[in-house]
Amino acid sequence: MSEKKTKRRDFLFTATYAVGAVGVGATVWPMIDQMNPDASVKALASTEVDVSSLTPGKTITVLWRGKPVFIRRRTEDEIADARSVKLDDLKDPEKDEDRAKNPEWLVMLGVCTHLGCVPLNDKGDYNGWFCPCHGSHYDTSGRIRKGPAPTNMEVPKYEFVNANTIKIG
Amino acid sequence: MSDNEYTPTSKAGKWFNDRLPLLTLANHLTDYPTPKNLNYWWTFGGILTFCLITQIVTGLTLAMHYIAHADMAFESVEHIMRDVNYGWLIRYIHANGASMFFLAVYIHIFRSLFYGSYKAPREIIWIIGIIIYLLMMAAAFMGYVLPWGQMSFWGATVITNLFSAIPLVGEGIVTWLWGGYSVDNPTLTRFFTLHYLIPFLILGLVVLHIWALHVPGNNNPVGIDVKKPSKDTVPFHPYIVIKDTFALLMFMIVFAFFVFYTPNILGHADNYIEADPLVTPAHIVPEWYLLPFYAILRSVPDKLLGVIAMLSAILILAALPWLDTSKIRSAVFRPLYKQFYWILVADVLILGYVGAMPAEGLYLLVARVATAYYFLHFLVILPVLGLKEKTLPIPLSITEPILGGTANLATARNKESSIK
Repeated sequence: MSEKKTKRRDFLFTATYAVGAVGVGATVWPMIDQMNPDASVKALASTEVDVSSLTPGKTITVLWRGKPVFIRRRTEDEIADARSVKLDDLKDPEKDEDRAKNPEWLVMLGVCTHLGCVPLNDKGDYNGWFCPCHGSHYDTSGRIRKGPAPTNMEVPKYEFVNANTIKIG
Repeated sequence: MSDNEYTPTSKAGKWFNDRLPLLTLANHLTDYPTPKNLNYWWTFGGILTFCLITQIVTGLTLAMHYIAHADMAFESVEHIMRDVNYGWLIRYIHANGASMFFLAVYIHIFRSLFYGSYKAPREIIWIIGIIIYLLMMAAAFMGYVLPWGQMSFWGATVITNLFSAIPLVGEGIVTWLWGGYSVDNPTLTRFFTLHYLIPFLILGLVVLHIWALHVPGNNNPVGIDVKKPSKDTVPFHPYIVIKDTFALLMFMIVFAFFVFYTPNILGHADNYIEADPLVTPAHIVPEWYLLPFYAILRSVPDKLLGVIAMLSAILILAALPWLDTSKIRSAVFRPLYKQFYWILVADVLILGYVGAMPAEGLYLLVARVATAYYFLHFLVILPVLGLKEKTLPIPLSITEPILGGTANLATARNKESSIK
């Protein structure tokens, strides 16, 4: 051991460890990856929703990928409220124009970005949503205003297939 | 160990023992010299072993009837409660058994805190104990998910979402844990698998915990080293066995009270409503034994820092043998530590109380103060106290404080030396 010179045997050891590590990695990875979403879960990627029955000020909650999605037809006041907020007042600055392309319709995941509870409609200090679990307040654009949640409620990819149908995903 | 020379008396026993020394082990466990001043706070090791075995046996029998599927789990639990012979009894024992297990483990942990059982040379016993405690929390959490009620579902959602606080990879980890984009059937089936596995991991660690204990031997209320075997020790059997059995019987009375008279008092009514991914219960509360940590989580207004604070609150215990700088083990001889110990007990109880209350107003303020104090105790008070505190003189032996306190000290001393 006292000899510092690299020997043939050291090389063989190192090469064996390296091949061994690759082998272990290649064996372990399938065991880990089997826990990721499987093909059948991924196949449920999009949902179409009929929104013709919604009047201004009403929200419906639909299930998409096992998660609730809020679809709210906002009133004029709510839109004005959401658009008049200064970006500096926001914890996670995002313009309402970017969140609701069609100002009347707000579509977002009904999942609190703190720890995943479903916030309640028309509650909280900002007349938007309030999460009962740990007290996060969201405004009429679903942006975090007060409480432990770090970001705004997420806007999923969606489009109007026709005037009455929204396709989420 | 001195009992290496043990030889079985029977010929067959000797034949067997030469090939597998199980009888030597049994002899070691029977004769194991134990400090003779152990009080009833030392009986919780045996009680905890009982709790573990109870959970494993009732769990195995429940698993024969339970169906781990999001569409059927809730109904299968109701089926156990209504149709399966004695299903109600087995399930109530299992559900309340979890609470009893934690009750016993908290007493066991606070016993160690009071008598300094975590100090050298018992650090490894202590750290194995903390790992067992962490595994217990994991097992209890996943077990609570299995009935697939509202609290199951939303508890699972909130706890798994804790991982999303990790920067960059957090969301990926959560999706991986769920096996989907929300808590759903894949989550349930893997939780069932892990819930089944963990008790056996705990069982293995318990063996290591006891093995590590049997190297230095038990700590004791006086907290001094004892020579073993000596006049300061008694053999484990029958002395400790009978004492542990008596304490276990007392414990089982409490256990039976919960199972037969108030089987649902420690649970949450919302868990008798089937899981609904669209509706969050108005007030999510974890089981009582997790409340202090839940309070710490909520007392920090930042998501990542809250999660870090909560985990640190548990992991800081593993560093305790080095945070407590005092060489004196037992609080009996540490007048100041004794007071801080009781303040800590109160602090943890307060955290548990505010953890069950809504996180607002005065509750939130109290939770923040109590959280700050919790960390202050371990990070500041304990290290400083060990260096500054004036401790009381410790006795030379376990026997001394008892015989030394009598009027005829000289006779006692004489008697003692004549026993030698």
